[in-house]
Amino acid sequence: MFAYIVRRILATIPVMAVVALFVFALLHLSPGDPAVIIAGDTATLDDIARIRQKLGLDQPLYIQFVTWVWGLLHGDLGISIFTNLPVSKLIAQRVEPTVTLTISTLIVSVLAAIPMGVLAAWKAGSWVDRVVMVFAVLGFSVPVFVLAYLLIYVFAIWTDLLPVQGFVTINAGLGPFLSHLVMPTLALGMVFAALIARMTRASMLDVLAQDYIRTAQAKGLANDKVLIGHALKNAAVPIATVVGIGVAALISGVVVTETVFAIPGLGRLTVDAILRRDYPIIQGIILVFSAAYVLINLLVDLSYTFLDPRIRY
Amino acid sequence: MTSFARMLRLPGAIVALALTFAPATGWAEAGPKTLRFIPQADLRSIDPIWTTAYVTRNFGYLVFDTLFSLDKDFKPQPQMVDRWTVSDDKLTWRFTLREGLKWHDGQPVRAPDCVVSLERWGKRDTLGQKLMEAVGEMQAVDDNTFAISLKSPFPLILDALGKLSSNVPFMMPERLAKTDAYQQIPEAIGSGPFKFVKEEWVPGNKAVFVKNPNYVPREEPPSFAAGGKVAKVDRVEWLYIPDTATAAAALNAGEADWYEQPPADLVPVFAANKDIVVATVDPLGNHGILRFNHIQPPFNNVKLREAVLNLVDQKDYMGAAAGDPKYWRTCAALFGCGTPFETKAGADALLNGPNPAKAKQLIQEAGYKGEKIVLLSATDQPIVQGQALVTLDALRKAGLNVELQASDWGTLITRRTSKEPVDKNGWSIFHTWTSAPDFFSPAVNILVRGSGEKAWFGWPTDNRIEALVDAWFKAPDLAAQKKLAADIQVEAYTNEIPYVPTGQFVVPTAYRKNLEGIIVAPVVFLWNVEKK
Repeated sequence: MFAYIVRRILATIPVMAVVALFVFALLHLSPGDPAVIIAGDTATLDDIARIRQKLGLDQPLYIQFVTWVWGLLHGDLGISIFTNLPVSKLIAQRVEPTVTLTISTLIVSVLAAIPMGVLAAWKAGSWVDRVVMVFAVLGFSVPVFVLAYLLIYVFAIWTDLLPVQGFVTINAGLGPFLSHLVMPTLALGMVFAALIARMTRASMLDVLAQDYIRTAQAKGLANDKVLIGHALKNAAVPIATVVGIGVAALISGVVVTETVFAIPGLGRLTVDAILRRDYPIIQGIILVFSAAYVLINLLVDLSYTFLDPRIRY
Repeated sequence: MTSFARMLRLPGAIVALALTFAPATGWAEAGPKTLRFIPQADLRSIDPIWTTAYVTRNFGYLVFDTLFSLDKDFKPQPQMVDRWTVSDDKLTWRFTLREGLKWHDGQPVRAPDCVVSLERWGKRDTLGQKLMEAVGEMQAVDDNTFAISLKSPFPLILDALGKLSSNVPFMMPERLAKTDAYQQIPEAIGSGPFKFVKEEWVPGNKAVFVKNPNYVPREEPPSFAAGGKVAKVDRVEWLYIPDTATAAAALNAGEADWYEQPPADLVPVFAANKDIVVATVDPLGNHGILRFNHIQPPFNNVKLREAVLNLVDQKDYMGAAAGDPKYWRTCAALFGCGTPFETKAGADALLNGPNPAKAKQLIQEAGYKGEKIVLLSATDQPIVQGQALVTLDALRKAGLNVELQASDWGTLITRRTSKEPVDKNGWSIFHTWTSAPDFFSPAVNILVRGSGEKAWFGWPTDNRIEALVDAWFKAPDLAAQKKLAADIQVEAYTNEIPYVPTGQFVVPTAYRKNLEGIIVAPVVFLWNVEKK
């Protein structure tokens, strides 16, 4: 197991290198120039050229790439072109909101969706199953921003129970922290819960049709023990895969939620940086995202060994 | 309890806990001494000389101060300067600073700081560059006085030192002002009425300012950027909320006190809330702009530019870009309507237009044979996109072969630097908009200039306009300036047509009614604002 983990971690190095090269090339070959954005409307072409020179953007691409990689190897993600702040600081400022939102969404979605999926499979074809499937279809169909605005209207404007926007750290108190998290979590969690509920239902239907389930029921085991102890455990591997993929998608997919609720997270940092061509930030974030994806996939793979003892590495 | 019930306990508990801790009302209450302001854009840079972004200009007005400032009549008034003298030959100016001015780090403001600040500004700003062409020498006489010796008279010297919009000649400590003009200053230490709290700055989210206890405001009442800058709140928080509907909801719910530029379609949202005031605090507003590429076919042909001029119906443009008619008006004056240099001279085509029949005749006379016209647009800029769609429709109806190429604003402003033909990623027309402080006179209106390769994107060449602008800078009085401004407009409309204004519009602002003292000006100022 240990050797497997080491191998997987070492395998991330070439993956990150390819990502770094690809991202760098894509950014610098796509249209847009930060110097033009900085210079503003009144700038002359000479002004723009001088700003490019000061930013080092007039250097050949391979020199810019080597300079960036050299910085990376020394733990330096670079300096934001616009804010003049270290990229590592900007990312650090934004990690907490995104990770908090991702974890809260994960917890709420899993806790809501897995019981729904199990219940739907157990009562397949009944009204319970149909209600769960309607929820799943709605979860997939209603855009996040529509749900977000609806939540804002109901909970912030109409009833004044929750704040409209923003993020506060837990240091500001548990109440304010959770109150700022409720609506973004619900808005973002809807799609994720729908996905997990559908996957759980499908996986459970497969397992519930197995002989050993019939045997367990014939032995007189209680329904909850059959469902949780026997069926769900064996249905868990595909569910864990979906949850893992979903978490990776959540990290990068929180842009809309972060925008609507004005949460200063990594998603918005990425979009803002793309719009103004702040190359060091974009490159830094994508590297961090890549590392997070690799790590999440590793954790999902490792979870299989706990969920299914037959799987060994 | 079943396993299902056990599983549902935790999320239920989390929601219940949140609601328990949530107060019934008043998420938004921040003390009367904190002003929460939603700015027009995210604060990305803290150097108002390095960038011309309006949000950084507005930031500059909070943190830095200026030697002179324009008042509501566009007249320069002393701000940091206490008194000044000028020699009889108008070539030597001496400025003495007010007593007691201090930088935010506690150091006194000295004349050498101002000299270096002016030098840096003069390398970047167009009006500053024009002033520097006339300057022979600038030097500190003592800690409180500095002198500017001119090679030739520059009657607009005080107007330049009090320039209202980007780049504003803000004063900085010498150590910061020595920074290369093409690189950013590392910190924002000014002498303005508010101090920037860099530690609390989260780009893309929040910028925080606290009252500068050492600031000594002038005694005159505020008027545009002139007069006393009295900070009446202890703390200002800029809350950048990228989603406009959320920003409107935040103002409605009292989580913000002032939303600088709500989009026109959201203004009705505030009508039902008696605690919110929707007002126009910018007396002049902005011009929509249609800009031609003068160096590439087909708009290197003035006949075709004139044809487009005859197709422009400003009502259509303003309807698309600014919405409610109470927020816009038609205006053919290149230096704006309601400004000292407003004139109708030479603008008949726009004033009496549109005239599609004449446009068709001009298209024929131009010898247009269906060459492709590339119209650039930016979908993330509603004012730009609205104008572009109107142009697309008008030009197509006139039989022109137009292709709309939409992108984001960052891409558009990069593409417009291209001087290549349209089949090599070039362009023919793009739209933008500009605010009154940037077009109200020949000193600041760069769109009208005809300096060819050195001109603004589109690169029109018109030596007569250049000569008239030069004469305007040397004009002895306002009457002479007005005459020359009218001549520039006539030349522009009849011979070169460097651009077409698509109308003049204001963007309303919305604030909670417990705010008082908001200054009516084309730039948003946060001093004098009180929260009751």
